Amino acid sequence: MSEHPFTLFAIDSLLSEEERAIRDTVRRFCADRIRPHLADWFETARLPARELARELGGLGLLGMHLEGYGCAGTSATAYGLACMELEAADSGLRSLVSVQGSLAMFAIHHFGSEQQKQEWLPRMASGEAIGCFGLTEPDFGSNPAGMRTRAKRDGSDWVLDGSKMWITNGSIADVAVVWVRTDEGIRGFVVPTDTPGFSAPEIHRKLSLRASVTSELVLAGVRLPESAMLPGAKGLSGPLACLNEARFGIVFGALGAARDCLESALAYTADREVFDKPLAGYQITQTKLADMALELGKGALLALHLGRLKDAGQLRAEQVSLGKLNNVREALAIARECRTLLGANGITLEYPVIRHANNLESVLTYEGTSEVHQLVIGNALTGQAAFRG
Amino acid sequence: MNIVVLVKQVPDTYSERKLADADHTLDRDSADAVLDEINERAVEEALQLQATHGGEVTVVCVGPDRATDAIRKALSMGADKAVHVSDAALHGSDAIATAKVLAKAVGTVEGVDLVLAGNEATDGRVGALPAMVAELLGLPALTHARKVEVDGSTVKVERETDEGVFFLEASLPAVISVNEKINEPRYPSFKGIMAAKKKPVSTLAIGDLGVDAGEVGLGGSWTQVTEAAPKPPRAAGQRVEDEGDGGVKVAEYLVGQKLI
Repeated sequence: MSEHPFTLFAIDSLLSEEERAIRDTVRRFCADRIRPHLADWFETARLPARELARELGGLGLLGMHLEGYGCAGTSATAYGLACMELEAADSGLRSLVSVQGSLAMFAIHHFGSEQQKQEWLPRMASGEAIGCFGLTEPDFGSNPAGMRTRAKRDGSDWVLDGSKMWITNGSIADVAVVWVRTDEGIRGFVVPTDTPGFSAPEIHRKLSLRASVTSELVLAGVRLPESAMLPGAKGLSGPLACLNEARFGIVFGALGAARDCLESALAYTADREVFDKPLAGYQITQTKLADMALELGKGALLALHLGRLKDAGQLRAEQVSLGKLNNVREALAIARECRTLLGANGITLEYPVIRHANNLESVLTYEGTSEVHQLVIGNALTGQAAFRG
Repeated sequence: MNIVVLVKQVPDTYSERKLADADHTLDRDSADAVLDEINERAVEEALQLQATHGGEVTVVCVGPDRATDAIRKALSMGADKAVHVSDAALHGSDAIATAKVLAKAVGTVEGVDLVLAGNEATDGRVGALPAMVAELLGLPALTHARKVEVDGSTVKVERETDEGVFFLEASLPAVISVNEKINEPRYPSFKGIMAAKKKPVSTLAIGDLGVDAGEVGLGGSWTQVTEAAPKPPRAAGQRVEDEGDGGVKVAEYLVGQKLI
């Protein structure tokens, strides 16, 4: 009689019927439509993102926790649970959904004009249009305030010049939310990707998030009308609010990857015989499994706690940092430990473990590195900002 | 066109299914309970017919209180409302007793044009219930359908069995059971899942249907399970050494098992 780590923690008892139904739907969708193809997508670094977006949109996954404009309007906790299931399949898939819903759609939903919302959100919710989000630049990651990409007024138009880096969905996007420096401070623009001067070459030779499209955005004299500017976001607080949304999904998502690794390791060690008995029957295996289950369960309790706070409108940015720092760090540790239990099999795409471990290397540093989150928490604890040294 | 879909909650086929020692009925605590997969296809077919012909889709279920989960799943796929017959007296009902209750429950839905069901539940696997319900309702039974077409007041069905494919036609109202080839059921959308909470489910006891407790349950059933034994553990496989005739030995084995 073996038990799932989440049953051991009675995680289901913390979820509503609706939350379980949403989770089960995403889990089944991934089992039927995603998992059979993941090893190939990762190996060939190709993702049928357009078709996937329509299927994900059909379920209601894109912008699922936003209200109106064709969005499903679920709780934040339900969104987190969906992210967990998506990332249990692959971090790249969860990234696609995070960037679409929490970054691009969230930015338009919260800071956009009514016209921008009407134009983009229903099509993005259905997956007909794909969005990306340009904040990071080649030389500015953890310090986005230093960005060089800028917009200058020209008559009633704005002209954008510069480049953005490490942009998920960039090459397949129909619309890019791009943050730039202006004389009025940092502002956001909704840029249709067919605007002359816009291009998005894909970044190749990645050893992580291979089932995900990562791109550079090049803006060479991109001319936009005043109506393309996001009226509700002035300064860096706009894009940072979006990042907090995406980080919230990662708090849950990373645990999905870890859970999938641990499930693989549990199944593998139960079957694999070493010296005439299953690997799972050895004390050294069990101490590893026990410690991993403990961290996974603790992470899930933290994620659900943060989810309830968010649904109550009480979640603070520092608290999201607690979740992102802990859950990604522990998920990566679990993935690596599971790799040791699978031996050489652990490095192949026959098992999901090395794929998750490699993906989590990206998750560890994107949407705020672990170190930045440590400094955010440090700042909260001491009242002293130490970001600059 | 108003459609009733008969649905059943069954133990998940992936979990270990057990019968209770005392009365050989399903030990419901032993396994996860799910909406039977064949019923998902019946619901899907009803929703596709509704999309073309309009009307309402009503889910009818006989089962214990926890069968609400299966009903909720059908509602989250898009069915409009549900009738749930739950009564302690139903415990142990066989197919005929269940068919009597289902027929009465279908009778509570107004203006039914079509009754859809799965051809066979994955737990009991009796496979006779749709025909029984049709008989009790005095309606034509078109079973094992792999394709359903409605044209005005006529329904055409492709019936597929081991004997071949048959083309059936009947006038509505009628009872149709579908097989696993009929369609691919949709995933419940998140909007559907959230809307399902607000859809009407009328919960009835057998007294509400005018069914007497003596006609149902273990006592009122015409069949009974007298004995049950757990599945024997899987025996070790047979190892064949390939001495150049491995292919022949494999073929001989398959012939012996009447597989080729």
